[in-house]
Amino acid sequence: MDHSGVPVATTAGTIVETGMSSLVPASNVALIVEGLCKTYDKTIAVKQLSFSLVVGSTTGLLGGNGAGKTTTIGMIMGLIEPTSGSIRVFGHDMAHDRHRVLGRMNFESPYVDMPHRLTVRQNLRVFARLYGTSEVERKIARLAEDLALVEFLDRPSGSLSAGQKTRVALAKALINDPELLLLDEPTASLDPDTADWVRAYLEAHRRDLNCTILLASHNMAEVERLCDRVIMLKQGSLVDNASPAELLARYGRSNLEDVFLDVARGRVKGKNRVDS
Amino acid sequence: MSNPAVLSLRRIGAMVLRYTYLLRSSWPRMLEMIYWPAVQMLTWGFLQTYLVQARGVAPNSAAITAGALIGAVLLWDILLRGQQGFSFSFLEEMWSRNIANLLMSPLRPTEFVVALMVMSLIRLAVGVVPVTLMAIVFFGFNLWALGVAFAAFFVVLIVFAWSVGLLVSGILLRYGLGAENLAWSLMFIIQPLGCIFYPVAALPSWLQPICWVLPPTYVFEGLRSVLIGHVLRADLMLTGLAIDSLLFAGAAFGFARLLASARRAGTLLQTGE
Repeated sequence: MDHSGVPVATTAGTIVETGMSSLVPASNVALIVEGLCKTYDKTIAVKQLSFSLVVGSTTGLLGGNGAGKTTTIGMIMGLIEPTSGSIRVFGHDMAHDRHRVLGRMNFESPYVDMPHRLTVRQNLRVFARLYGTSEVERKIARLAEDLALVEFLDRPSGSLSAGQKTRVALAKALINDPELLLLDEPTASLDPDTADWVRAYLEAHRRDLNCTILLASHNMAEVERLCDRVIMLKQGSLVDNASPAELLARYGRSNLEDVFLDVARGRVKGKNRVDS
Repeated sequence: MSNPAVLSLRRIGAMVLRYTYLLRSSWPRMLEMIYWPAVQMLTWGFLQTYLVQARGVAPNSAAITAGALIGAVLLWDILLRGQQGFSFSFLEEMWSRNIANLLMSPLRPTEFVVALMVMSLIRLAVGVVPVTLMAIVFFGFNLWALGVAFAAFFVVLIVFAWSVGLLVSGILLRYGLGAENLAWSLMFIIQPLGCIFYPVAALPSWLQPICWVLPPTYVFEGLRSVLIGHVLRADLMLTGLAIDSLLFAGAAFGFARLLASARRAGTLLQTGE
């Protein structure tokens, strides 16, 4: 198998090939995506995608517009039904058992909003109750402190700037201390200072809580900084799956942006060549 | 971990809290909920007063004197506002692009629907209850004095309102805000066919079987029976409730299918304006 991340049965129990040149016990795997396909009429959005995420890792989902990143995240969240293939989160099949794990996941996306007329505090209270968070007010106070939201807590969410809204959305995504966090372009439309601040926060959060993060992004510097591994997609297919350092070595480039351009323009030297 | 198969009062409560925050945040919104039912009630109340005074004009003065017009308009408001209370709460999630946040949270669709039903009752309490009290003050018509009959009318109407609300919500999920006008207008088809202000017998014979498929028809016929003949027609109420049950089950099935279709079509991530 080549970076597919599918489970492998052994006498020692199920283990998973993660693409990290080692086999990992299934109990240490947060997410297994296997043979995932999504077609809309005659358009193929995602084609035979397989990968897995080790607990505590941060993985970047890279690809140009229409590469299938948002569709993939949508399928993992259960908002989009795959045409075929399977998704297992902490061992639970998302097609039949998603309500057993939804409380252990969360997500943030600039394409999804929160009620504008509710204050930040009210929004966080509602989501805290939906997720069954204990000690709600203390949790909100801590997140507000961590994400510099204290002065905005009692303002309507719709009155905030893009950067403030992103931090609120991040607070919502962290309200249940998720074990699996899905982020779709978490720093899109943020100024460089706020974006850097968000990245630092995510790094610290992952380190402190051993959270698993899947991050779709167009920002190569962000991916290089945050991710242990990078999954590269093109036209819905997996092109490569490796650590940033391995990708740089494999493509003979000094930064991920050039690797991305090689993949996007078909100048592929990686293991899963798109064309020659 | 709680059993995911069991409805969670905590999650239902969270959604109700979300909508009550919204209601509390805007006094014009609260005012609007009372404004239209009050205007309707006053218009029809004064028309009824006029018809009673000009008896020669009234084709059925017994019904009018008994308050059939004002009673009908109050029950019509329960039907209309009950559906709109359900649908508009759902629309709030579409307008604020919050649907994806909710559907990937542990909130189950059934819990979401129950919360929308509760909100429909709360909005009715805010919007229609004061107007029923105004009807007593202005026109001496006391809907509450109908007692058990009113309770039966209410149940039949609100279950039908929820069925329509559920179906409209499913269509909104699947087809997005392009279908928003349905939330505002679908119930109005009931106005001519539900025989609110006139008996079924007033309609052409070919149209009458269609009217009898609609639960509100049983309520409004029942209302006239109570006001004029002082008889609560249990047969009408039971038939209305039986049809209601079938329609609600159909609407729930339709909602589930439309939600599944929206997941297949990938429209849940694109629900904003």
